[in-house]
Amino acid sequence: MKFRVDRDVLADAVTWTARTLPARPPAPVLAGVRIEADATGVITLASFDYEVSARSEIPAEVAEPGTALVSGRLLADIARALPHKPVDVTVEGTKVVVTCGASRFTLLTMPVEDYPTLPQMPELSGTVSGDALTLAVAQVSVAASRDETLPLLTGVRVEIDGERITLLSTDRYRLALRELTWTPATPGFTAVALVKAKTLTDVAKSLGSGGGLVNVGLSTGTGMDLIGFEAGGRHTTSQLVDGDYPAVRRLFPDATPIHAVVPTQALIEAARRVSLVAERNTPIRLAFSEGQVVLDAGQGDDAQASEALEAVLVGEDITVAFNPQFLLDGLTALGTDFVRLSFTHPNKPVEFTGQESLDGEDSADYRYLLVPIRFAG
Amino acid sequence: MSKAPRSASANRDWGSDESGTSILHVDMDAFFAMCELARRPELRGLPVIVGGQGRGVVLAATYEARAFGVRSAMPMVSAMRLCPAAVIVPPDHRRYTEVSRAVMATMAEITPLIEQISIDEAFMDVSGARRRLGPPTVIGARLRAQVQAAHGVTCSVGIARNKFLAKLASTHAKPDGMLLVPDGASEAFLRTLPVGAIWGVGEKTESLLARWGITTVAQLADSDVATLQAAVGRVHGAHLHDLAWGRDPRPVVATARERSIGNETTFGVDQHDLVVVQARLLELCDQVAARCREQGVVTRTVSLKVRTNDFRTLSRSRTLEVPTDVARDLYRAARDLLAAVDLRGLPVRLVGVRAENLVERDGFAEQLTLDEATSSRPSARREAELALDAVRERFGRRAIGLGAGGTSVARQRPEDRGDNTRDSRHVNMT
Repeated sequence: MKFRVDRDVLADAVTWTARTLPARPPAPVLAGVRIEADATGVITLASFDYEVSARSEIPAEVAEPGTALVSGRLLADIARALPHKPVDVTVEGTKVVVTCGASRFTLLTMPVEDYPTLPQMPELSGTVSGDALTLAVAQVSVAASRDETLPLLTGVRVEIDGERITLLSTDRYRLALRELTWTPATPGFTAVALVKAKTLTDVAKSLGSGGGLVNVGLSTGTGMDLIGFEAGGRHTTSQLVDGDYPAVRRLFPDATPIHAVVPTQALIEAARRVSLVAERNTPIRLAFSEGQVVLDAGQGDDAQASEALEAVLVGEDITVAFNPQFLLDGLTALGTDFVRLSFTHPNKPVEFTGQESLDGEDSADYRYLLVPIRFAG
Repeated sequence: MSKAPRSASANRDWGSDESGTSILHVDMDAFFAMCELARRPELRGLPVIVGGQGRGVVLAATYEARAFGVRSAMPMVSAMRLCPAAVIVPPDHRRYTEVSRAVMATMAEITPLIEQISIDEAFMDVSGARRRLGPPTVIGARLRAQVQAAHGVTCSVGIARNKFLAKLASTHAKPDGMLLVPDGASEAFLRTLPVGAIWGVGEKTESLLARWGITTVAQLADSDVATLQAAVGRVHGAHLHDLAWGRDPRPVVATARERSIGNETTFGVDQHDLVVVQARLLELCDQVAARCREQGVVTRTVSLKVRTNDFRTLSRSRTLEVPTDVARDLYRAARDLLAAVDLRGLPVRLVGVRAENLVERDGFAEQLTLDEATSSRPSARREAELALDAVRERFGRRAIGLGAGGTSVARQRPEDRGDNTRDSRHVNMT
């Protein structure tokens, strides 16, 4: 194997491919990145941990096709440190030699025949705007659980119904729902999948940020349930999380007799300030009355803080308390100028939606449902 | 019961100057055993051992039993060999806790500056109580009389200028005595002691020091600090030298509440079957959660302790997302911790659960889940366990418990299996 490649292109591709490599690989070869040079002038870099696979294709001048397996982390470190000159990569015996300007590195190869076969990218199911995907995933994944003992809840539920995708996640204390549109490959396509929030976030960030389109492929019910994403020569596949996601949509309240509208950014800033005195797991209270909301935290002998903001209240006065972090997560995810909080009862879940003006209508595209904190009696 | 070496010559009148000595160390004498004698006077004068059956350890022994060589933490089997005539009494931790709390309450009438360091030991700083109640010896004598009159148990009191000396004084006052070590006599008192009497000098340090010819506190005090540091390490060496001169800057820090609640069980027969271990874990969680509720606290951290039959002890802990006093929540964490422990295929000898990081439940903010918040009975699980508490209150602790729905072994009572369960409480130590 022998090829010459642009330094920046290589550094970028290796970094992306190696980013999901396990810190403690179950088998040594899984710490590797497989380099495949084919005669048509395409280099494919690949990584796989039996759950997530990544493949990146880049153009190169291939003098001699071939395949090699080297330590992914080391190759990424080297690629990033190289001077800005063309990079030559050659296999010499059991070693890979990387030359760039006056720098020369020799890396040991690992047996490429021991490397597992990467899963095939599932057939194209549809196409989604990268920007829309990135935003939607960021909004939903805040509510996903990070508790590995609840594997089901570390996933984001993806429901596809024709041109509409619904993303859902919950850690049992809050629930985020986001709807977006896409272009299915076949009209009337429907599917349901559960994807690890961590993987989805990573994919959305690395593939969606280019601003182009992301191709999505989904294969379910064929033994190995897999989702695949592709954009700009980068492919990634991930196994789906197994199991029945709880029926969570029913948790959204049918009717909310009380609602309040507050400027989002002002509320975020006030909540941040007031929560400075809220110790871990202690709540921040929001007391809504006509024309205002008063935030306060801390009690008894502890430090206390309070702040008042203008707000529109429709319905009776109401006071609710939230975990400050959960409140801030929801407010920050909204991304609209105003936030609407809809209430049924001080102890029942509160729905957060976004709206563009103080007296406008709220949008149902993104909904964040949060359980208030109750004071133990 | 203290195993620290004592010196017969240290228990004498060291003088009556109480001006610089405001620290009291109050130590209950053979506490668990005395609690039993208090309610069973017919046992007075007999060797009595408090401990579990079979493979348990001695939790306490009367002085009559100690005369045979019985010591705390000794396996019951060895204790019974030393003293076959001993009366064995199974432990009743609930009662010991009650008595302990009552004694601490008596102390709290003297001063709020009480630092409880275990169920049967506490330091007091009476400097603020002198004008009101008299000199420390008067306070100590009255406290001893009150405790004996009210609870039928005795305690020993050490009075000195700091915690280190006060504790040594009470050790030498035992049993049922009081010893004042005046400020001016502190060094002389210390110089009568062997090095092993010093807190923090165990067998290892003792043998390290012995290699340098240091076997008494007097030799320790007269040694060069650098020599000591060479012998036992820089920090430890300097510390020991300070102690040998009676220097202990630690103040008495008032402790308000228990910092952890735990129960553990030694299986009658080492357990290979993880299902049985899990079932026991659930029972322990049930007991620990009930005690949390009884004391009005919720826990943030659950810790698991497992000992395999090679006596390797593993401890793992997990901080919960939401503090709890519900057994099911404790169990979920404890079971996961157990599943993650590598037992190397060995059978389990002991398993224990501890609730740590306790906070008052009163006024505590509770983050319910979406399911709980939207159901008509938000705290169904907790209510179920409160119902268990009510049944136990009425029909006794063993009347009802949480079940794993598991094997018949799991449903047997611990005492039928020859297992030993004990609870323990840890109080903040400085």
